[in-house]
Amino acid sequence: MKINERFYPILATLAVLVLLYGYGIFEHRAFSDTYVLGALLTDNAFLIITAVGMTFVILSGGIDLSVGSMIAFIGVLMAELVTGFGMHPVTAAVISIIVGSAFGAFMGVIIAKFDIQPFIITLAGMFFLRGMCFLINLDSVPIDHPFVSAFGGFKVQLPGRGWLTASALLMLATVIGGVVIAHFTRFGRNVYAIGGDRHSAELLGVPVHSTIIRVYTLSGFFSALSGVVFAFYTASAYPLAAVGVELDAIAAVVIGGTLLTGGMGFVMGTFFGGIIMGVIQTLIAFDGSLNSWWTKIMIGALLFGFIVLQRLITRSFSGMRAGAS
Amino acid sequence: MILDVLRQMPGCVRLYPQQKTSKTVQGEGQDMSNTVLSVRGAGKFFPGVKALEDVDFDLERGEIHALLGENGAGKSTLIKVITGVHPRDAGTVSLDGQEIHPQHPGDAQELGISTVYQEVNLVPTMSVAENLMLERQSLKFGLISWKKTEAHAKQALEILGLDIDVNRPLGSYSVAIQQLIAIARAVALDAKVLILDEPTASLDGDEIKTLFRIMGELRDKGLGIVFVTHFLDQVYTVTDRITVLRNGRLVGTFVTKELAQIDLINHMLGRELAEVSAHRHQDEGSYDGPERQIQIKNLGKKRVLEPVSLDLKAGEIVGLAGLLGSGRTELSELVFGTQKADSGLVFLDGEPVMLRSPRHAIRAGFGLCPEDRKQDGIVAELSVRENIVLALQGRRGWLRPIPRAEQQQFADDMIKALGIATPDSEKPVGQLSGGNQQKVILARWLVSKPILLILDEPTRGIDVGAHADIIKLIKELCDEGLALLVASSELEEIVAFADRVAVMRDREKVSELVGAEITQDSIIEAIAR
Repeated sequence: MKINERFYPILATLAVLVLLYGYGIFEHRAFSDTYVLGALLTDNAFLIITAVGMTFVILSGGIDLSVGSMIAFIGVLMAELVTGFGMHPVTAAVISIIVGSAFGAFMGVIIAKFDIQPFIITLAGMFFLRGMCFLINLDSVPIDHPFVSAFGGFKVQLPGRGWLTASALLMLATVIGGVVIAHFTRFGRNVYAIGGDRHSAELLGVPVHSTIIRVYTLSGFFSALSGVVFAFYTASAYPLAAVGVELDAIAAVVIGGTLLTGGMGFVMGTFFGGIIMGVIQTLIAFDGSLNSWWTKIMIGALLFGFIVLQRLITRSFSGMRAGAS
Repeated sequence: MILDVLRQMPGCVRLYPQQKTSKTVQGEGQDMSNTVLSVRGAGKFFPGVKALEDVDFDLERGEIHALLGENGAGKSTLIKVITGVHPRDAGTVSLDGQEIHPQHPGDAQELGISTVYQEVNLVPTMSVAENLMLERQSLKFGLISWKKTEAHAKQALEILGLDIDVNRPLGSYSVAIQQLIAIARAVALDAKVLILDEPTASLDGDEIKTLFRIMGELRDKGLGIVFVTHFLDQVYTVTDRITVLRNGRLVGTFVTKELAQIDLINHMLGRELAEVSAHRHQDEGSYDGPERQIQIKNLGKKRVLEPVSLDLKAGEIVGLAGLLGSGRTELSELVFGTQKADSGLVFLDGEPVMLRSPRHAIRAGFGLCPEDRKQDGIVAELSVRENIVLALQGRRGWLRPIPRAEQQQFADDMIKALGIATPDSEKPVGQLSGGNQQKVILARWLVSKPILLILDEPTRGIDVGAHADIIKLIKELCDEGLALLVASSELEEIVAFADRVAVMRDREKVSELVGAEITQDSIIEAIAR
C-alpha cells in the first residue's frame, strides 16, 4: 500500500530518533539501559508538555512566544502561594493553571478579535510575564513542602535499572491527552482546518474565532502545567528560569514534523521531537569530550534539514493543485 | 459574435425569436408555502458602492433557479448576504417563512443553506474524508469515530459516483475532483437550499453531465437550488427559473422556458450585443508592421508535456484547444518560464530566448495572463495603478522607477481604453469584479508592450458583457501587431477569433488547424480521434 503523504514528516522524525538511539546503543553500552530512557522522559518532561501546547498553536498557523516566561511565572507564583500564603501545593497548582489558562485566553481573544499577528501579541505576553516574575520575587526561592518532596521521590520501576518519575508520568498523560484532543475531537480537527486554509475553514462553517481563542487557552494551560511540573521537579522557583524554552518547544514541534505554516502534523511527532532533542543532549554528555553547546549545533542542523523537507512536501502539494487545471 | 455562436449550437440552446413576453412571476399568485427561501428588499452598501439595492428573490422547493447577471451585477453579494458572509444593510431573508440572521456561513449551513463557491474552498492539507465531514464527524462518547466518519464520507462521494481514496490529502487531487468533493459536501449536509456559485468553471464535459444529473436528482427530492453560471447553454439545460440582476438591482424573475435567450442577454446587458459579433477571419491582414517570428521548437518537460512545436507571428492569434488537463496550461507555463522546460527552445526572430524564469520571459517581451487570476494574476492589495505598471516596472528594473505622473497616465489611459469599471485608479484590485481584474491584468501587459501575449482562459468566470469586451480587446491587440497564444476550453470562442488552432490531447499536440478548417466540429474531431 502506498504510504499517505501526510505521514512523510513524522516518518522522517521517527527515522531520526531510531538512528540516534541506535547510534547511542552502538557507541555506549549503557545507552540501552532503561535508566537512560527514564532520565530522558523526566528531564524533558516540562519541555514536551509545553511543546504539546505549542503543537496546537503551530497547527493553527500561529506561534506562542510566551510559554517560557509562563513557566517561570507559574513557578514564582506557586512559590509565593505555597510559602507566602501557606497553601497546599495542589491547590496552588490548580490556581496557577487557571491563571495560566486565563492569560492564554486573554492573548487568544486579542489575536482573534482584533486579527493581530500572534507573534507580536505573544511577544508582549512573554515580556509581561517575565516582568511579573520579578514583581513577585527577585531571587531564587525553594518550594519547601512534604508534598513536593513526595512528588520528587515518586517512582515507578521499569524493567532494568530505570524508573519513571511523576514528571515523566504527567508528561506521558499530557501527550496522550494531546493526541486525543488533536485527532479525536472536532476542536482538534478545526485547528488543522484553520491552519490548512483559514478562509476555507471559515466557509466550511468552522468557528474560527472561538477555535483560535481556545488554541491559546490550551497553550496557556499546557505551559502553566509545565511550569507546575518544573517547579515540583526542581523544588524551587527562579524568575530567570526557562529562558528560551519557547524556542526549544518550537524546535521540538518542527523536528516532530509539524508544518510551521500550520495544518499538518501530529502531537506524537512533537513527543518524538522532544525526545530527539533529549537524546542529542544525552549523547553529547555520554561522549564527554564535546562541549554541551554541540547540542545546539546538532539541533540547528536538524532544524535546517526538517524545514527543507517540509518545503519539499508542501511544494509537491501546491504543485499538484496548480498543475491540475 | 456570441449570438452567432449561440445559434451555431444546435441542441444546447433554445432560441424563441418571436416571443417577446418576458413574464415576471413574483410573489402574488404563487403558492407561498412552496417557497423555501425568500429575500425581500435586500440591500448592501460598501463605501462608495451600492452593491445590492432593493433586491427580491424567491426560491421554491424542487426548483433549479439560475441567478444571472454581468460582472458586478450583485450575484456574489446577494449570495454572501444570504449565507451570512456579509451582514445585510437592508431588507429581510426568510427560510421557510422564518426570518433568519446568519452571522457566518456556518450559521447558514446549520439552518440548511449550503454553498459551493467558484474557487474550491476546502482545506488542501486535510484528507478528503475530513474535508467532507468537518464539523459533522460521527461522535462516539464525545470523541470522533473515524471508522464511521470515513464510511459516511464514502457514502457522500458515492452519490456523485466518485470512487477515490478518502484518506489522501485533498490537495493531491485535481481541481475538478476537488470541486466535486465540495459539491458532495454540500449535498451531504441535508441542505434545504443549495447554492452553486460557478460550479462548472473548472469541470470538463463528463463532469458537468454528472453534476447536472445530481442537480436534477436533488431537485426531485425537493431541494431548492440556486445556480450561478455564465454559461447560458447550461442555464437552458438545467434551470426552471431565472433571476437576472444588473448593477445591484433586480431586473426580474422569469420562467426559463418562456424566456428567449436573446431576451435574456438583453436583460443581462441592458444593451444590444450586435456590435461584438464581427467574425475575425474577415478582417484578417489588418496588421502590416514588422514581421516578428516566434518559433516554439520541441518544447517539453518530462511528465508535464510531450515536446511541442508551434510557430507564431506578429498579428496572429493562435488558439490552444483541448480538454481539461490536455496540456494547454502547461504549454503556456513552459513558454513563459513558470515551469522550466527540459527539452526544446523558443526562438524569437531566429534567436533563442532564455526561459529560465518568468523574469527572462518578460525581458524577452513575453506576457502571460494566467488561468487563476486571484492566485497568480493580480496583487489584490495593490491599487489598479500599481498593478498596471507592475510588469513594465519589472522590465525596467527597480533602479529606474516610473515617475508617478507617468504611472498615473498609464493607469488612466488603460482604465479608459479597456473600460475598467473602477471609481479611480487607487482602488485595490481585489475589490473589483472578476472581469475588471482580468482587464487590469491585460492592461499590465499592454503598457509593457509585449511581442507575445499568452492568455490562459482569458474569459473564465467572466460574464457575457465583459466576455464580449475581452474578446474584442483580444482582436484589437492582434491588429496592433501582437502575437497571441490563447488557451481556452470554450470552443466557440476559439473558433471565433483564432487564425490557427493547436489541438492538445493527453499532454501532446495532436493537430494543427488553419483558417477555414477551424470549426467546432473539426476541433472536437481532432480531440476525439
